[in-house]
Amino acid sequence: MFSSKMSRKLATKTLTALGVVSVLSLPQMVQADTFPERPVSMVVSYSPGGATDFQARIVTMLAGNESYLGQPMVILNKPGAGGKIGWDFYASKAKKNGYELAAYNVPHFIAQSIVFKTKYNIDNLEPIANWGADPAVLVVGKDSPFNTLEDLMSFAKENPKKVTFSGAGLYVGHHIAFLQFAKESGLKMTYIPHKGGTPAMKSVMGGQVKAGFNNLSDAFRNRDSVKILAVADLQRNTEFLPDVPTFMEKGVNVDDSSVNFRGIMARKGTPPEVLSYLSQRVPLMFDDNKTTKKMSAAGSPVRVLSREEVIKMWKEREIYLKELLADLKK
Amino acid sequence: MLEFLQYLPEVFTPWNFMILVLGTVGGLILGATPGLSPTMAVALLIPFTFHMEPATGLILLGAAYTSTVAGGAVSAILLSIPGAPANIATTLDGNPLAKQGKATSALHYCFISSFVGGVIGVFVLIFFTPTLSQWALGFGPSHLFWVAILGVTVIGTLGSGSVVKGLFSGFVGLWISTIGYDPVLGVERFNYSEHLGGGINIIAALVGLFAIPQVLSMLTPQMMPGGVQKFAMETQSVMTSVKETLQRWKALVVGSFIGVLVGLIPGAGGQIAGLVAYDQTKKLSRNKDMFGKGEPAGVIAAESANNAMVGPSLVPLLTLSVPGSPTAAVLLGGLLIHGLFPGPALFTEHAPVVWTFINSLLVGQLLMCVFGIMIARYSRFVMDIPEFYMAAAITVLAVFGTFSVQNSFSDVFVMMTLGIVMYFASKIGFSPSPVVLGIILGPIAESNFLQGQMIAEVGDGSFNYFFGGPLNIVLVGVVAMSIVYSAYSELKQKKQQRTAQQNDADYRAEQEGV
Repeated sequence: MFSSKMSRKLATKTLTALGVVSVLSLPQMVQADTFPERPVSMVVSYSPGGATDFQARIVTMLAGNESYLGQPMVILNKPGAGGKIGWDFYASKAKKNGYELAAYNVPHFIAQSIVFKTKYNIDNLEPIANWGADPAVLVVGKDSPFNTLEDLMSFAKENPKKVTFSGAGLYVGHHIAFLQFAKESGLKMTYIPHKGGTPAMKSVMGGQVKAGFNNLSDAFRNRDSVKILAVADLQRNTEFLPDVPTFMEKGVNVDDSSVNFRGIMARKGTPPEVLSYLSQRVPLMFDDNKTTKKMSAAGSPVRVLSREEVIKMWKEREIYLKELLADLKK
Repeated sequence: MLEFLQYLPEVFTPWNFMILVLGTVGGLILGATPGLSPTMAVALLIPFTFHMEPATGLILLGAAYTSTVAGGAVSAILLSIPGAPANIATTLDGNPLAKQGKATSALHYCFISSFVGGVIGVFVLIFFTPTLSQWALGFGPSHLFWVAILGVTVIGTLGSGSVVKGLFSGFVGLWISTIGYDPVLGVERFNYSEHLGGGINIIAALVGLFAIPQVLSMLTPQMMPGGVQKFAMETQSVMTSVKETLQRWKALVVGSFIGVLVGLIPGAGGQIAGLVAYDQTKKLSRNKDMFGKGEPAGVIAAESANNAMVGPSLVPLLTLSVPGSPTAAVLLGGLLIHGLFPGPALFTEHAPVVWTFINSLLVGQLLMCVFGIMIARYSRFVMDIPEFYMAAAITVLAVFGTFSVQNSFSDVFVMMTLGIVMYFASKIGFSPSPVVLGIILGPIAESNFLQGQMIAEVGDGSFNYFFGGPLNIVLVGVVAMSIVYSAYSELKQKKQQRTAQQNDADYRAEQEGV
């Protein structure tokens, strides 16, 4: 009984995935008044169990309610190459009918589109709504000699390159935060990319690196094993870390460009009526009490932004990142 | 210390117990499916736990974790197709045993030793969590690099006819593991086609290299010398199997000990546990030549190790939210969904939930053993299925399992290609185990080496970083011993063969002279 339920679930998963391919040959017929009449899929470019995947599953949990989409949303994980594999696939192969959506991570996908040859950029994707924002924070081990940002900076000044930083990978929010911090403070430090936020946090706890940039939510959960010295955002986070100063308060001009925004997007060319249907209803789903309760139980900060706000945010990020990454272009 | 006993009754509430039984049986069946790894099973089940009580949800995930690891041994023994990377070592002796008509015994050994290893692992989790979690954190890039290299030293002697072929296969595996995007350097490597953009997924490689050659040889029975043979399943009483397993206590001890150690090390993963344990047991054994030809100790070592890893992989997870294995990483998501934040406070604030979960792992080991042995009894019906049906069923499962990992047709193409190449390679004495081992160990060795280099460059230099400190010295010593020992036993074997041939020749000369 259990396994049949499970195989049904698997079968739907597979069928939706097969749909990706089989429906390519059908003419596109979407009428907004009937949309959606079957389950909607969403590509997540990270592996199951990671922060993005796990939040995506929470925020889409209520999609089946009539007041939201009236159809369940199915998560398709396509991990690899820091998100590039999933987004390349999405931007080149997914159908533009509103039944195939994807989760985005900013600044990750924008930075990648600047540095690498990718099939995606902000011009061929359409945001629908944003569900969360996870700022990067600077963490050091519990036994670290650094108790404040000043301690770390004065040590880094006297010992160029000696301060090693872990982060979840290349050109992800943590790396952007590191680059900004290095640029604005004028200090020489070393960035060690890891395969995800969890191993990066482990290196900080175990003392393999002297410091790290990591997600606010993960740092908050591990606040017994690490010290959190600064947050890379415009204001302090009053909900979780009211005592942790921003970089700006400490006189280092690091803004919120590295904040990890997560949300849902569609491909450019999706019918406008479908886009407007989704962009009206999806934010309501994110704002539902059941969703926000589960999110805060998991220590994940919710920040719901409308389609218009996200369009603006994407543009601002791209302009800034182009400038920051100008000397790193490959 | 004995707090866990207080919450033992919680596991036996009707609802919890039912979920535990369902999770265990489902996990055994899923585990036996090629390509459905424990990590996949747990990831698929997390959404089901959204609407359950935290304790019940975790029982389901824990049961799935425990039993899929053991279930993967069923297909490893009966079909020589490991259900997951952790079961590769099980195929080496499990399948030869089955071919000798001892499939039932092999399955019994596997579930009994899984049970022993699993229980030891959970006891480590219950009693030593606070002590060991800090120790687990101490493993940095240099240590993980040496652990991976230790695995590499095993490659040459794994299940291949000759050391040279084994080493060559291992080299091919290591090369395959470098395909795709490198997360540390940020470059694309060996990307000749779009299908390779994401690198080669380990499950796609595992299923392709093990399952597809089997399918092809089932369809062409007359072409495969010593290929797939039908074998009958014997009846064997469970008590006899228990006795025979306990007689090989050395393999059980080595397997469980290594499983516990590898489980504790974050980033090493369970797939290494079975292989290292298998190799060490072989080295300590008095009849080395029997390994790979159906030696029960081989199955016992491998299966006790990969189940002993389950409990310890949760040690750093529950106290520091540092997962000890890929499956434990997915399990972290399951904990967070219910607002259970790993940390020292977890055992005080959420004591009932955590202890119920840990107890369910303990009871789950027993259920896994009981149901596993029941499944072993019905496996004979599986063996009666005509070959071409079997081939079709395995192909469907292989495609399905591979596709479902990341919903990618590229993975299916990769799997098929690797499988067809492996089929022809197996005809000339190559075996898939070293290739898969290379694919698993490559990324661990490489990324940790690169990270270590980056840290060492701005620290106290590469030599000090990789060879300094007690832990490094111990690991380098073990690696060196492993290499020297392999070379020595190889030379000794050669010498014995030569003397045997010499004696033979002398004898013949004598005969002719007469």
